[in-house]
Amino acid sequence: MDKYSVYSARLVDQTEYMAPGHRACQGCAEVLAVRLILKALGRDTIMAMSTGCMEIISSPLPLTSWRIPWIHNAFENSSAVVSGCESGMKAMMRKGRIPQKKINFVAMGGDGATADIGMGPLSGALERGHDFLYVCLDNEAYMNTGIQRSSSTPYGASTTTSPAGKKSIGQHTQKKNMAQIAVAHNIPYVATACTSYPFDLMEKAKRAAEMNGAAYLHVLSVCPTGWRIPPEEAIKYGRLAVESGMFPLYEVVNGKYSLSYKPPVMIPVKEYLAAQGRYRHLTDTDLHKIEEMAMQEYQRIVRLSEGD
Amino acid sequence: MSEIGKGRKGIEVSIAMADAVAQADVDVIAAYPITPQTHIVEHLADIVANGELDAEFVPVESEHSAMSVCCGSAAVGARTFTSTSSQGLALMSEIFIIAAAMRLPMVMALANRSLSSPLSIWNDHTDVMMVRDAGWIHFFVENGQEAYDGIFNAFRMSEDPGVMLPVAVNLDGFIMTHMVEPVEYVDGELIKKYLPEFKMKNALHPDNPVSMGCFAMPEIYTEAQMSREVGIKDAYPTIVKAWDEWGALTGRHYKPIETYRTDDADYCIITMGSFGETAMEVADMLREEGEKVGVVKIRLWRPFPMEEFRKSVLGKKYLIVLDRAISFGSQGGPVAMELRSALYGQKDAPVVVNYVAGLAGRDVSRKDFRNIILEGKKKAVSGHTDGFTLYGLRG
Amino acid sequence: MAKPIDEITWQELGIGAVVTEIGNSVQYKTGSWRSERPVVKKEHCIKCGVCWLFCPDMSIVQTPEGHFTANLEFCKGCGICAKECPVGCITMQGEEA
Repeated sequence: MDKYSVYSARLVDQTEYMAPGHRACQGCAEVLAVRLILKALGRDTIMAMSTGCMEIISSPLPLTSWRIPWIHNAFENSSAVVSGCESGMKAMMRKGRIPQKKINFVAMGGDGATADIGMGPLSGALERGHDFLYVCLDNEAYMNTGIQRSSSTPYGASTTTSPAGKKSIGQHTQKKNMAQIAVAHNIPYVATACTSYPFDLMEKAKRAAEMNGAAYLHVLSVCPTGWRIPPEEAIKYGRLAVESGMFPLYEVVNGKYSLSYKPPVMIPVKEYLAAQGRYRHLTDTDLHKIEEMAMQEYQRIVRLSEGD
Repeated sequence: MSEIGKGRKGIEVSIAMADAVAQADVDVIAAYPITPQTHIVEHLADIVANGELDAEFVPVESEHSAMSVCCGSAAVGARTFTSTSSQGLALMSEIFIIAAAMRLPMVMALANRSLSSPLSIWNDHTDVMMVRDAGWIHFFVENGQEAYDGIFNAFRMSEDPGVMLPVAVNLDGFIMTHMVEPVEYVDGELIKKYLPEFKMKNALHPDNPVSMGCFAMPEIYTEAQMSREVGIKDAYPTIVKAWDEWGALTGRHYKPIETYRTDDADYCIITMGSFGETAMEVADMLREEGEKVGVVKIRLWRPFPMEEFRKSVLGKKYLIVLDRAISFGSQGGPVAMELRSALYGQKDAPVVVNYVAGLAGRDVSRKDFRNIILEGKKKAVSGHTDGFTLYGLRG
Repeated sequence: MAKPIDEITWQELGIGAVVTEIGNSVQYKTGSWRSERPVVKKEHCIKCGVCWLFCPDMSIVQTPEGHFTANLEFCKGCGICAKECPVGCITMQGEEA
């Protein structure tokens, strides 16, 4: 990622808006995503969070890991709750009840909260055009409840409710393309990102927050527990997802696509999948089929990015 | 502040309520259409569109999101209003409960309507009874004036720093929402005096970061529930004070329990909601026939005004309790169950006879009231007081 | 400093159980979860901060000399820092060792 080579980790905001002592699993890339996104957004942020891993690990009464104003209400409604926060603040500032201030409103949820149960509220909030950022922390299953499949679980992945077996390949449906659903709302900003590319992630979070209107950021968040990989390889696997074309990094700004990163040499999908426990049962034919499906979507994004 | 103006108007109750919400200068209104509350939010949409009220009107995609938006809005300290009915309340019930548990102040006009199935848009109390235990403050109004006044009273109760609870103003769907009635409006000066600006102590703001809605391990969940229980019980004096002060300012006095001709009554009919006015008329008629009957009207449903209720009925021979919902498989309607439990073991406790009537808008006329009262008396005298009677049932 | 969970009374929870003491999860020392600890060879550290950036537990700190080292109060021993260090100056060593 040449354009980010000017960055250095040491130039990143040193402030931690999320405190240690949170109870995320070892090697959790999802909590890393939250940490990095908050660094990009800064202190003047109000966050509504869906029920899920990030909520549970950060807020066991009487403790909290949050150093920004934070609200958890229910599983499916963080986008509606943040709509209320934004509307309330907007009205109060306009009426002079509280001083004017630029505040970033952000809602976060896992892939279940986003692509399944919270789809309606998210669509509503995007369509109404509240000035907020929605972040989907996609670890590709309901990890908090014990690795059940969601509509964001990829084809072929074995989960506790889409187990691989004699008559099952595991998840037999394709991963729901949430970023494309967000694009269909004609909002000013949609992007995909991954914690393994931290500068890209932070820059996208920042750009999304600076937009007027609704923005959607889809973050692939590697889950060592659910993907059945060693915790130290969480960053590596995010990289493999991107380098194999399984998870293209791109932005759609006011409808205009641009690929954020084009791997110089595309690595085989097998390198990404084969060592993950959730794909252990797949044959070479299966892997080939998955690669074909992934390439189709990747090429589509490339074409959209190149076309005017 | 909106300039809706004062004076007496003949006006649809929904519109009067919406005007009150505008006069209360709300910041956020979350709205989703459902009969019969729709006129309230339609009129609010008009008021906002015309610039008479500076507020965010959030036309959400479901009632679930309506209540979620209200939670977010209340959490940042904005004055918040919504309205719903029936299936809408059922859909939002998950968040309805959370709103009370998180102590988020807001006001809802709850236009009471039956629940499906069979689908019916008409009025009874099955919707509100579904959320009886949610921890909201619930009161019932029985005419247009009470509905209008109730909005100001509800905001005053809800936003009190010692209360911090959502409040539902219950009004009978259609019977009240779509009725044109005379309503005396109050002016901005009076509202200013009565309803201070909402200042929330721990509102979400970057200058004072807090965490709301943390989860509880078994070691602490019990304590959180006790805090809620004490919270709603302790709200009681503030509720009474909110009505007393309103009475002092407007001359319109409201009490948790209202009584009519009960002082020398042998027995009473008990109602909640718009049936109260019919009950009073019928009591007058029966009095002329020599029946020593009085009327007890429950205005405050939660927190339940136990002492006031007992005071109003202890020493009477029997109570005929009119419910507008069934608690399936139980001993009766929710109101009767509440009252039986309030009277159990009390000295001089009256016998309770329970009728369920007026389900899904079925008319309960003066004649029906008369039948219920006189039949009920017979049942009480003959000791047939178990369970409940579904009035007017065929077959 | 929040009281231990099983000593808090309902009165102390306050209205809505809102937590006003932000970031107080630092009272909970996740370092006890660890079975391996990262050990940094200072002489090889190029002070790039990649380990700090990728740490999911905010457990990498910079020393006054500019090197990075693990805060063992919170470090869960996931090993990401060792894996991602571009010069390989971090190794994971068993806690019992």
